[in-house]
Amino acid sequence: MPDKEKKQGTNISRRNFLKGVGTGTVAATVAPSVLIGSEKAADAQAGDAVANATIQLNINGKSYQIEVEARTTLLTVLRDGIDTSGSNIDLTGAKLICDRGECGGCTVMVDGKSVYACMMLAIDAQGKQITTVEGLADGDDLHPVQEAFVQHDALMCGFCTPGFIVSSAALLNENSKPTVEEIKVGLSGNTCRCGTYPFIFDAVKTASRKS
Amino acid sequence: MEKFSYVNATSLEQVTSLLSESGWGEVMLIAGGTDLLAELKEYIETPKTLVNLKTLPGMDGIEADASGLKIGALATVADIAMHPTIQHHYTVLSQAAGSVATPQIRNVGTLGGNLCQRPRCWYYRDETTNCLKKGGDICYAVDGLSKYHAILGGDPVYIVHPSDLAPALIALGASVEIVGPEGVKNMSLEEFFTLPAANPFRENVLEPNEIVVEVSVPAPKPNTKSFYLKAQEKGAPDFALSSVAGVFEMDGKTCKTASIVLGGVAPAPWRSKEAEAAVTGKMIDESVSQQAGADAVKDAQPLNDNAYKVTLTQNLVSRAAMMAAS
Repeated sequence: MPDKEKKQGTNISRRNFLKGVGTGTVAATVAPSVLIGSEKAADAQAGDAVANATIQLNINGKSYQIEVEARTTLLTVLRDGIDTSGSNIDLTGAKLICDRGECGGCTVMVDGKSVYACMMLAIDAQGKQITTVEGLADGDDLHPVQEAFVQHDALMCGFCTPGFIVSSAALLNENSKPTVEEIKVGLSGNTCRCGTYPFIFDAVKTASRKS
Repeated sequence: MEKFSYVNATSLEQVTSLLSESGWGEVMLIAGGTDLLAELKEYIETPKTLVNLKTLPGMDGIEADASGLKIGALATVADIAMHPTIQHHYTVLSQAAGSVATPQIRNVGTLGGNLCQRPRCWYYRDETTNCLKKGGDICYAVDGLSKYHAILGGDPVYIVHPSDLAPALIALGASVEIVGPEGVKNMSLEEFFTLPAANPFRENVLEPNEIVVEVSVPAPKPNTKSFYLKAQEKGAPDFALSSVAGVFEMDGKTCKTASIVLGGVAPAPWRSKEAEAAVTGKMIDESVSQQAGADAVKDAQPLNDNAYKVTLTQNLVSRAAMMAAS
């Protein structure tokens, strides 16, 4: 937390300002993973019941060690988790929107397949390759799906976009040349309140031609 | 969510022994977690311990041979939907699996979880409502909002069973393997599910210390046609307003045997022996299929807001019968 507050003080971007506004809620979510440092965090060994655990997550090819309560979701860790080295994980691309596995805003890939990060416990994501929207681009080279979203202007407010992009990339992993019907099914777990669906479908079609 | 402790399962014996420590709700099982976590987030369930089943080896397989299918309880809904043999020979099951929720949920949701998921009734899912299902006195759907509730077999709890896989598997004649402290038992999946008249609090016969481990499906007879027809409120994924799993053994247009199981209309998957009788031994034409639809819903007792389900179900059954003959 101190890290995060310091950042907010020195760099008032729109994102950080919004984060600052939400500090009350964020603190409530983060507190447990900070507090358990004072308790004895146990590693989840087979057969032993643990309330807290130090887990190892592989996110976008990087390994993180995080102390979590068993009830902490993967989404909470991605957005608000703190590595045991003290740095914020700070992957806020996956959005916390419905928190019930309905809207798709939190979609990430786990071992190449799309999942709702809000409906997966962080402890259950151990030993898996987690890819968030931040992990799709290669440096400044955008993922073909990201490029196609830009090209087709496939967003309005953009809040659902990270989820749609990850779902689209996961779909193309499984089916590199989907029909429009298959694109619709593949993206049926994501919702866009602005209704940019036709542009999103066009973007995925374009991306599929490149892949 | 309340806090809980988390245990990685090491064996079925350990799981049943942990479950035996208390009654319902203290120790709960997690596989995909897509239904369970929603319940925890709404404080419908507040377990002390979650047992992670995903560490149990060899329970996520799908084996197909000439005699039939064996599907482990940890097989994901996506694996079932995409399995080539299931797509070709158990079409109703593959269609049902493909219709479950969204890709994100199918990728983690499991067969066992789909069969044992809890009802979606908005009174049951509301933390502040102590309805009959949760030990209260009243099923609020009776005088309340009942658009998504049961038209068959409801009394006294008018939930509908939300599973898509269950009607398809029952129509295929599946059986379920259950492990408890006393060992293994098998029963037909049809008998696994119970109505609220027998037990208003649960949807199946599992004891608090038992666990579903496998589902077996006999190979369909030659010349079998099977379909899963599901009516949803919107084009996007949703639970069924009404669904029909139909398995028809055909000789040309004549139906030799039929299994017709309804979803989304009763507190358990609803085998319609009436609709089966209407088509069995008959050459299916327009009037036979209409009769099957009418017979399927002749005992329906809609609540205030769900009479539309009677017509919907009737038409789905008729359509399934016509598809069998086409």
